[in-house]
Amino acid sequence: MNKARLTLAFLAAAALAAPASPQDGAAPSGAVAITAKRFEFEPAEIHLKAGEDATLAVTSKDVTHGFFSRQFGFDEDLVPGKTVEVHFKPANPGRYTVICDHYCGSGHGGMKLTVVVE
Amino acid sequence: MKPLDRRRFFKISAVGLGAGALYQFAAPALGKAGEAARRLGRMNGETPGSFSFVQFSDTHVGFNGAPNPEGTRAFERAVEMVNALEAKPELVLFTGDLTHDSEKPGEHADRMRLFKKIASGLAVSKVHCVPGEHDAALDGGVLFRDAFGPTSYSFDHRGVHFIGLDNVSLGKPAVGREQLGWLRNDLARFPKTAPIIVFTHRPLFDLRPDWEWFTSDGDQVLQALAPYENVTVLYGHIHREDIHRDGHTAHYASRSLIFAFPDPEAGVPKKPLPFDAAKPFANLGIRRITAGADASRPVTVDEVELTLKEHAGTVGMQQLRKEGEAL
Repeated sequence: MNKARLTLAFLAAAALAAPASPQDGAAPSGAVAITAKRFEFEPAEIHLKAGEDATLAVTSKDVTHGFFSRQFGFDEDLVPGKTVEVHFKPANPGRYTVICDHYCGSGHGGMKLTVVVE
Repeated sequence: MKPLDRRRFFKISAVGLGAGALYQFAAPALGKAGEAARRLGRMNGETPGSFSFVQFSDTHVGFNGAPNPEGTRAFERAVEMVNALEAKPELVLFTGDLTHDSEKPGEHADRMRLFKKIASGLAVSKVHCVPGEHDAALDGGVLFRDAFGPTSYSFDHRGVHFIGLDNVSLGKPAVGREQLGWLRNDLARFPKTAPIIVFTHRPLFDLRPDWEWFTSDGDQVLQALAPYENVTVLYGHIHREDIHRDGHTAHYASRSLIFAFPDPEAGVPKKPLPFDAAKPFANLGIRRITAGADASRPVTVDEVELTLKEHAGTVGMQQLRKEGEAL
């Protein structure tokens, strides 16, 4: 993860993110499991609580995807078969968009996850 | 838009053509900027002087969909319009997404060949391309290199240093460490006043990250360019015009020649604007940039629509003709 970007995320008070760690296997207890496949995330929308730690466990089912949010301060590659955990603490309520930023085909531009922070 | 400093070396007078803009470069004769141009001329053996060039972007040859069911028609029309200009441009730069990718065997290569066939109709001596993600992200740029050569490179033309940057072929919106090293070495040869034009596909700054309108290490590119006083960045990708000023650097986004995206500030989804059969080139228009014409507005920007031959009496065509004559 880009530490400078992470610092910006702190300053923006939008979220507190921690480095993600690639792992094999299933999502840990309490994590929100997310699947990436061309050209969508499943589920397409998740809900989190402002000010509470969140863990997303993201797995690609087909090709390499990206998992990127400037506001939350993460940018991960999702290699098929590897579950990537993303830890962060959303600070402010609102609707945020996480995108796939690793080009995965002609439908790539619409591949996004909506994070609703309540 | 924000006005540019009138002391800027790079004087622009431009007509954008859906795919881009026709730029006129006026080389100064005096001062540090003139010295820099002459020094650059001595380095590359060319004579510095005024010239014009055109930027095309996002032609997406092979695209077939509701936002533009007419395929390459706008691209072909733009070629005709450039060739009709009285003052002939000396260069054409293509800033990526020349083709629309395909995973059918051989189809993408066929689209590359069709692109080259249409582009070969341009009555200019030099054409330079950088890839977009639709050209080079799925195969790491293999097909693009076979068709066009390196995905990043630099060259000089009449006292101006041009740098083509690849921020797509790593699969992600990034230039990458290796290319950053090459860029720093390339720039080190030039005085700080040298006129530099960078052409690339994605914006090098955070225009709209949640629409993937950014380059993740673009800040390092801009840091490398920051000491240079006369830098212009031309890019595409966003399928709409945009002008952004960052220190010494001015960033110009070009419209597409296939379909337009909406204004992200309008609070609408990122979806192509719908096709209008009555106005097939709507939003694929022409951008004109004029510098130094008015002391209170050093740079002005006018939008001129790409027009059909059968609509040659429209305001857009009249504007192009007027500007073409001026150039």
